[in-house]
Amino acid sequence: METPETVPLKKTDAGHAARPQQFAQAAVTESSEAVISARQFSFFYGAKCGVDQVSMAIRSGSVTAIIGPSGCGKSTFLRSINRMNDLIPGSRAQGVLAVNGHNVYDKRTNLVNLRQQVGMVFQKPNPFAKSIYDNICYGPRLQGIRSRGRLSEIVEKCLRDAALWDEVKDDLHKSALALSGGQQQRLCIARTLATRPNVVLMDEPCSALDPIATARIEDLIAQLKGAYTIVIVTHNMQQAARVSDETAFFCLGKLIEYDRTEKLFTNPSKKETEDYITGRFG
Amino acid sequence: MTEVSVQGEKRNRNAAAEFTRPLLLSPSEDLAGYVMGHLGLTILFLITTTSVAAVFLIFYFVIRESLPFFTTGGGAAILARVREFFTDPGWYPSATEPRYGALALIVGSLYVTAGALVVAVPVGLLAGVFLSDIAPFNLRQICKPVIEILAAIPSVAYGFFAVMVLAPWLQTHLGFSSGTNALNASLILAVMALPTIISVSEDAMTAVGREIREASYGLGATRAETIINVVIPAGHSGILAAVILGMMRAIGETMVVWMASGNASRIPSPWWDLSQSIRTMTATIAGDMGETPKDSEHYYALFTVGLTLLLFTFSLNLLSEYLLGKARAGRGRR
Ligand SMILES: Nc1ncnc2c1ncn2[C@@H]1O[C@H](COP(=O)(O)OP(=O)(O)OP(=O)(O)O)[C@@H](O)[C@H]1O
Ligand SMILES: [Mg+2]
Repeated sequence: METPETVPLKKTDAGHAARPQQFAQAAVTESSEAVISARQFSFFYGAKCGVDQVSMAIRSGSVTAIIGPSGCGKSTFLRSINRMNDLIPGSRAQGVLAVNGHNVYDKRTNLVNLRQQVGMVFQKPNPFAKSIYDNICYGPRLQGIRSRGRLSEIVEKCLRDAALWDEVKDDLHKSALALSGGQQQRLCIARTLATRPNVVLMDEPCSALDPIATARIEDLIAQLKGAYTIVIVTHNMQQAARVSDETAFFCLGKLIEYDRTEKLFTNPSKKETEDYITGRFG
Repeated sequence: MTEVSVQGEKRNRNAAAEFTRPLLLSPSEDLAGYVMGHLGLTILFLITTTSVAAVFLIFYFVIRESLPFFTTGGGAAILARVREFFTDPGWYPSATEPRYGALALIVGSLYVTAGALVVAVPVGLLAGVFLSDIAPFNLRQICKPVIEILAAIPSVAYGFFAVMVLAPWLQTHLGFSSGTNALNASLILAVMALPTIISVSEDAMTAVGREIREASYGLGATRAETIINVVIPAGHSGILAAVILGMMRAIGETMVVWMASGNASRIPSPWWDLSQSIRTMTATIAGDMGETPKDSEHYYALFTVGLTLLLFTFSLNLLSEYLLGKARAGRGRR
């Protein structure tokens, strides 16, 4: 599909501020290697098990879709990757969940670097009660970027990438809360891109969007592919089929099947998967 | 006709078209509903109006009792009286030439309130932040009720503590000539204002919501950055309201300041000398009222002090209502 914007998305372009580089280099040089790999990974909310003994490896530069019935642990797994579940009292992880070969649940994990490099778009749009401009500058400013010129550049580039620029370019200093739900979600995507992550985790990013905005987000994902590793949770099977290279099917906290998207949708090897994608699932 | 099973009940295919219960109220149901509805409404309305009326009656009563203070001398004297009341620091109601200058009392009230806030606001807000964002969940569950107990201690108990413990300590350790002074009253008022400030500001910051914190953490912010850039700005109206509610608690407090402040109606000089005794509006009313004959000049003057105090707390209350309303509206938008 044609996209209105041709700004290249490669991370090697005149980049943002300097930041720990070893991760980025590793991801580039071993591009066929797994950037995220789970081994017997489980996650508990108190006594309740949210993710149960999941093992899977996600290739660098790929788009991976996670599908499955509601409450099966998709969000839990996704949010474990950059440790967003830490805020929930009584939660606990078991097993290994490695990003770039490093177990994120290791005590010595640098959470700031992890989250800057593994960005997240949440299920519900959650912009700050600040202007559109300040929302996008939030991440870069934390990384120490102060120059107005640089910040304006980042704002424009990220808003263009998230297909929001044309709608808001005239009032960047308007409150982000005055945007519609779909616009807010695209703003949140732009805000995530502004920290220049290597991995972008998206939790049902299109659940609040109309078909046109959804198509734009899907275009965006297609553009970002290769430069970023993307993991997307979605309830929309067509969307999973359209945007992803690999698809993982979760059910009741377990990983049931994980395969190339084409294969999983046309010729699933598990009965549960077939039932789910053909809509026969209870 | 085909039969289908709905919730275990056999139903005719056309069941949807047949409404078995009437959709119109019968006349008796209609009447009963009308009477009960209006009766309930009237009773609730009366109960509510009573409490609203009480507020207006208090205002009316206080204004009525304080007006003669200004009007007894006749037209020209009114201005002189107003000027005396607000600018004269001398409060000598029982002198042969009585003076009713409330300036020292107003200053005294503001003085201990400010002193209390200087201590209670930073401590209270830090504790609020700690409880909302830093303390582990279990500790939070224990701390909140304990802090709320602080608010339930009767003020006379605080006053007792001020006189028996804090005053001697100030005398021996800081060498103050009198232990009951502005510092003593400020410190005790600070402790009394703390529970309000902590719990209201903690509520304001907790209400900011996990989503918005997650957004900040997800962009690589540390906890301190998240609190400063996101949590406090989003909760600022509630935090300000917490400060104002604490201020109201301090300015309206009577028993503690009466016991702890030393009750000397003068403006401390130099102004920063906290070791001097002062006197507040509340303590003056409580202390003088018992020995003042009704309808005397002194009596009217005390009511004027009361009216001034009422106006202070009333405007603070309006301000805090406004801020809490803003905080609530902000939350609703999310
Ligand atoms: N904060 C929490 N506290 C306790 N249990 C939770 C919490 N969040 C999720 N769970 C439980 O963990 C399980 C997995 O939830 P999760 O949010 O990962 O599901 P999901 O697959 O993302 O569902 P959906 O498609 O509806 O978003 C659910 O059974 C849920 O009840
Ligand atoms: Mg979910």
